[in-house]
Amino acid sequence: MDPLRQSPSPCSSRPSSPKTPPCEMLGYVGIEAVLDQLKIKAMKMGFEFNIMVVGQSGLGKSTMLNTLFKSKVWKCTPPGLAMPTPQTLQLNSVTHVIEEKGVKLKLTVTDTPGFGDQINNDKCWNPILGYINEQYERYLQEEILITRQRHIPDTRVHCCVYFVPPTGHCLRPLDIEFLQRLCRTVNVVPVIARADSLTLEEREAFRRRIQHNLRTHCIEVYPQKCFDEDINDRILNSKIRDRIPFAVVGADQQHLVNGRCVLGRKTKWGIVEGPRVGKPTTRKQTDLEIKSLLAARRTQGKAGGQGQRSGSCLAVENMAHCEFPLLRDLLIRSHLQDLKDITHNVHYENYRVCRLNESHVLPHGPCWVNLAPTPPGPSVAPGPSKVCRQTREDSDDNEDDY
Amino acid sequence: MTSEVARHLLFQSHMPTKTTCPSSQVSDDEQKQKRENIRSLTMSGHVGFESLPDQLVNRSIQQGFCFNILCVGETGIGKSTLIDTLFNTNFEDHESSHFYPHVRLKAQTYELHESNVRLKLTIVNTVGFGDQINKEESYQPVVDYIDAQFEAYLQEELKIKRSLFNYHDSRIHVCLYFISPTGHSLKTLDLLTMKTLDSKVNIIPVIAKADTISKAELQKFKIKLMSELVSNGVQIYQFPTDDETIAKINASMNGHLPFAVVGSMDELKVGNKMVKARQYPWGVVQVENENHCDFVKLREMLICTNMEDLREQTHTRHYELYRRCKLEEMGFTDVGPENKPLSLQETYEAKRHEFYGERQRKEEEMKQMFVQRVKEKEAILKEAERELQAKFEHLKRVHQEERMKLEEKRRLLEEEIIAFSKKKATSEIYQNQCYMASGSNLKKDKDRKKDPGYRFELLCFDVRACEINGGRKDAEEAPILCKTKVPDHRRSSQAKVIKMLKDQ
Repeated sequence: MDPLRQSPSPCSSRPSSPKTPPCEMLGYVGIEAVLDQLKIKAMKMGFEFNIMVVGQSGLGKSTMLNTLFKSKVWKCTPPGLAMPTPQTLQLNSVTHVIEEKGVKLKLTVTDTPGFGDQINNDKCWNPILGYINEQYERYLQEEILITRQRHIPDTRVHCCVYFVPPTGHCLRPLDIEFLQRLCRTVNVVPVIARADSLTLEEREAFRRRIQHNLRTHCIEVYPQKCFDEDINDRILNSKIRDRIPFAVVGADQQHLVNGRCVLGRKTKWGIVEGPRVGKPTTRKQTDLEIKSLLAARRTQGKAGGQGQRSGSCLAVENMAHCEFPLLRDLLIRSHLQDLKDITHNVHYENYRVCRLNESHVLPHGPCWVNLAPTPPGPSVAPGPSKVCRQTREDSDDNEDDY
Repeated sequence: MTSEVARHLLFQSHMPTKTTCPSSQVSDDEQKQKRENIRSLTMSGHVGFESLPDQLVNRSIQQGFCFNILCVGETGIGKSTLIDTLFNTNFEDHESSHFYPHVRLKAQTYELHESNVRLKLTIVNTVGFGDQINKEESYQPVVDYIDAQFEAYLQEELKIKRSLFNYHDSRIHVCLYFISPTGHSLKTLDLLTMKTLDSKVNIIPVIAKADTISKAELQKFKIKLMSELVSNGVQIYQFPTDDETIAKINASMNGHLPFAVVGSMDELKVGNKMVKARQYPWGVVQVENENHCDFVKLREMLICTNMEDLREQTHTRHYELYRRCKLEEMGFTDVGPENKPLSLQETYEAKRHEFYGERQRKEEEMKQMFVQRVKEKEAILKEAERELQAKFEHLKRVHQEERMKLEEKRRLLEEEIIAFSKKKATSEIYQNQCYMASGSNLKKDKDRKKDPGYRFELLCFDVRACEINGGRKDAEEAPILCKTKVPDHRRSSQAKVIKMLKDQ
């Protein structure tokens, strides 16, 4: 999907080009073979994906990552282990190469232990913003070299998953502050963590309240409304937007349920079912399939347990229990390329515009861009001018920090 | 309190031993991974990112594809026909004349649809190539055009607010060079043009109108052409052989270069189907018959197998080369004087200051010059003014003098007038006295007539008239007889006097 930065219009983005009279071909030529060529090239080159998880400790970030990629991406801290909470916010990155059916994916996961754990959490988003901007800076430096590499390594954060603690009330001030700042720099997907502590009604109510909060504070989370291209995207994305934030449960232990080996959470009142282990299912996903899948799952979820907690199994993969599959589908199966595109075409370009405009600051090191929250105003589409202004204003603030 | 950005790389100690390293993984890939401390990970289930290539393809479909072909060849060699045949369409074009004074390039863009693929095809034709008597300037417009497209892209890329995903890429992806089928060797013009273009664009040489060469001649011709190209260092486009799926076919096609092609959009019935062919009295040349010509190979290579690679080569090799040269020309380098990496930003800033300084200086200079010129002009004008003033004074003086002279003259004249009028008065008195003295007059008059005696010249001036005439020096002294009321006796004597004068 190609987002239009300047004028997000509902119609499809045909690039502006000279008059092109459409020509009728009298027979088959073979132009569509170019799609196969593309595929071959892409598979040869491999893909890259960088994901960042942000949230307070104990919300299940590492577990979620492991569940998402069905492997021990991160060594998660089992409860009870005496691991002191970090005094300061740290950013830890791990890179893995995973392969599935010939498709190689270089996955970089960044964790942020210590976020929101201190007593005074003022400006705790600064290191995160700094890290994100540092990646942009790195890419920019590579891009403006004279002799540049054939393929610039992409370390920019494509997606940031923000874990909202399941208070059941609404977004906390820390959440709001953080989301406001981050949604301009990176694609943010908020999720309700540890959703197994909420009943379905509580979940729905919490979700609505969070959506209302996001709207009030003009926080545009992924998928952003202004980047919907045509009518199909809008339909699909509005379905997704309706369910954001997803209520997820992470699980990495296997249990035997109904003869199946599933990943789940076993509690006294039932087992929260996780993904199946064993031979991988082969499914070829296309957009249409995913759409129908999402639609089907939604109805299934609604039809599922009404009222009390589902007695027997809370399945991680079961849509009736938690919305983990939605998150997984969004991140990996259907919108991964779109996440990367928006990062490259929108967020990176915004950063670049800012950097090239502030010509009086020579790059001696990574330049922290601190984006102060804008008052809830009319249009808060990612506007580079706004970002620039705040950059200059807050560059003085930054001096105090260092 | 400072926050640190720490980048740790954790090694998983509990990794399952059976790491499924795919057999197709190249060894140096592993090395690279080890160097970067990246470990492979197995997944215990189906994650689902195998749909990534599909996502990529879907995005490309939405975006649409862009392909630009440049056809270089003499007029009438069959460029337009070949393009029509390649894309199975009748692009509108008419025959071009042979009498253009310079080589021009004509670009036309068309949009083709096939299943769900939208292709924006731009065909650039050279018009008038090889027609001129002096062909020295023939290839320069082509080079300029290619550079102009690169320049446009570079400009867009260097903009601050750019929109590259929206940009209509007009860079030439492939150049089909049409060689005329003489059967001997490359023409000098061809060699020169190809040598200039090989570092800027992917060149695929084709032998045009291949139905005029026999099979044996064709083989020899091809070998000759390739050897000439190699010996002159012309780098034509080689189909890529690094991917196993298409390596074999590409390698074999590389051996068939340059392709001998025949183009035709006319359809003929051969056997029981309609094929594109050219009919001669001695036979029928089928375009899509591999025994007759290499058209199918060209179409296969150009469109079905390597279109994406051509685009990639243009972007990563030719465009990067152009960009590097251009930036270096502008004075940007990656490494500064002390071998420290210099950022483009710094260089750009320095250049900008320099430029502004230069501009400032020039402005000052021009201001100075302007002021000076103004001063000079003023001086000249003042001089002229003074001269004029002097002249004016002089003329005034002269005028004054003349006026005085005239006044003088007038005064004299007036005095004379007064004198004369006095004389007149006295003569009148005298005349009266004479009249009174003589009683009868007639006889005396007669006598007087005969008597020569004296004669009175009575000139009467009308002073008034003289004055009205402006006191001219040469004012005609118009004697006007005053018609005063004269008593009869006098009148008669007056008349007698006048008569007297008349008679004499």
